[in-house]
Amino acid sequence: MSATETDLRYERGTSLWQDAWARLRRNRLAVAGAIVLIVIVIACLLVSWLSPYGYQQQDLVLGAAPPSGAHWLGTDTFGRDLLTRILYGGRISLLVGFIGTGVALLIGVTWGAVAAYFGGRTDAVLMRIVDILYALPFMIFVVLLTVVFGRSLLLLFLAIGAVEWLTMARIIRGQVQALRHQEFVEAAISLGLSRTAIITRHLIPNALGPLIVYTTLTIPSVMLLEAFISFLGLGVQPPASSWGSLISDGVETMEEYPWLLIYPGLTLSLTLFALNFLGDGLRDALDVRASRD
Amino acid sequence: MARFIWLRLLQAIPVLFVVITVTFFLVRFAPGGPFDQEKAVIPEVKRALEAQYHLDQPLLAQYGSYLRDLLHGDLGPSFKYPGRSVRELIVAGLPATAELGLYALLVAVVLGMAAGIVAALRPNTWRDYLSMSVAMAGICMPTLLLGPLLVLVFGIWLDWLPVSGWGDVPGDKILPSLTLGAAYAAYVARLTRGGMLEVLSQDYIRTARAKGLPERVVIFKHALRGGIIPVVSFLGPAFAGLLSGSFVVETVFQVPGLGRFFVQAAFNRDYTVILGTTIFFAVLIVVFNLLSDVLAAWLNPRVRGALQGGA
Repeated sequence: MSATETDLRYERGTSLWQDAWARLRRNRLAVAGAIVLIVIVIACLLVSWLSPYGYQQQDLVLGAAPPSGAHWLGTDTFGRDLLTRILYGGRISLLVGFIGTGVALLIGVTWGAVAAYFGGRTDAVLMRIVDILYALPFMIFVVLLTVVFGRSLLLLFLAIGAVEWLTMARIIRGQVQALRHQEFVEAAISLGLSRTAIITRHLIPNALGPLIVYTTLTIPSVMLLEAFISFLGLGVQPPASSWGSLISDGVETMEEYPWLLIYPGLTLSLTLFALNFLGDGLRDALDVRASRD
Repeated sequence: MARFIWLRLLQAIPVLFVVITVTFFLVRFAPGGPFDQEKAVIPEVKRALEAQYHLDQPLLAQYGSYLRDLLHGDLGPSFKYPGRSVRELIVAGLPATAELGLYALLVAVVLGMAAGIVAALRPNTWRDYLSMSVAMAGICMPTLLLGPLLVLVFGIWLDWLPVSGWGDVPGDKILPSLTLGAAYAAYVARLTRGGMLEVLSQDYIRTARAKGLPERVVIFKHALRGGIIPVVSFLGPAFAGLLSGSFVVETVFQVPGLGRFFVQAAFNRDYTVILGTTIFFAVLIVVFNLLSDVLAAWLNPRVRGALQGGA
């Protein structure tokens, strides 16, 4: 469809990924999202080199100061540099997002693939469990898990991931089911390709598109959950901080020092924005039409 | 239709059973009990308290008696508020939460559908882009940020609206309802736009226009009925989500609702309150999912077949 005249001069056609890449690059919002995301991630990773201030470095004489040349986003009530704290907090928020999504991916893909591969009764039972879990009061359940695993941040990531895998399982199941009966897979089977070759050459590359898209869209919802929990004071405990807990701290003093609320909030929103735009762009680029549920 | 409703109600039983069981055992796995916080309680007193609430019995026996009481509608006593039952706490918190949820739903439907229709009528124009960008902002701006920001701007800087409480001063219900409804308004806007765009390209809309009907009638009488089916399907889960997701808003605006009880119970490890609230919310979610399915089926008979077939 998107093969232009210049493409036709070459004998080799463009692959799915080249097409997708070209479409993605034309989507300005998605590209902007990707750039913003890369900048934020790099800044969070390199903050200990980039920032002249330490995470805990206090300046009690200065106290809470509005943004200035020395402190770009101002300081908190202990005189700690806000930008530095946001970037350190971002490490936790992003880590939660990636680990939680990774867990969701692992469980969801295995669950969905097993359901679709074995089919029949196994499929019915596995997907019925997914339906049941969908009916759980979701946010309540996350708070509950926090109560159970609250002391350990790592367990918390795992718990969040363990509730986020449902949609992933449905998508993968749908993909594998649809692909199994496609003509090109039947053709590959009749050509005598080995099972490994079929799985690696045909099934995985074709299921990868939706997987990438929903991974991108799961990260923001996991990050949001972490922010909620930390905001309620049930998640990340001081001295560690995440964007959620920074916002929560900012709320307490927002009347006197509004920047302590606004900048962590903006950073969180900007990241969620970027991830969502990138996810939507990837969906269009990879032409994923599977509905969310 | 009656069969369809019965079938769905029957399906709800295993769901609720799983919720109750999982919650019961999860809560018991939590480190620390309700009686070992704050000041050290004398061991004898602690033992007496645990005996009073049957916490000294084997776990399975506790589970059995909990299920038995539950069948009689008894959610047990609260551990942290002596003399009050969990049911009393839920009954005390529900009105504020339900009212808040209802207003938020109203905000979501009115704002969301208006934005969605505007966007769908002029797709790919600045109106479309503007409403959809605002919707995206609504989705990406979590309530934990939107709430405080609204308080800051309208409550403190402009001093137009009260910033906390519920039903104490006129106008104090506006900001919480807006905050809670915003994200859902955004989803409603996207769903309305999608649904309307699909319907507007159908033959019967062309027929209606060809008949010379005024555009207003075409949009609101012909297109909207089909176009809002996705919205209707969304409303049930949305209302359940509004009720069970309101605890951040209730915390920010100090609304004396269920959500705040729940968060406090989570802090206090008040087992029975956590359990009771979770079960209560699960029932709500099941009921509202059912209601919206029935409503969607009523609007579109094709949905009914799909639902019965297990989609």
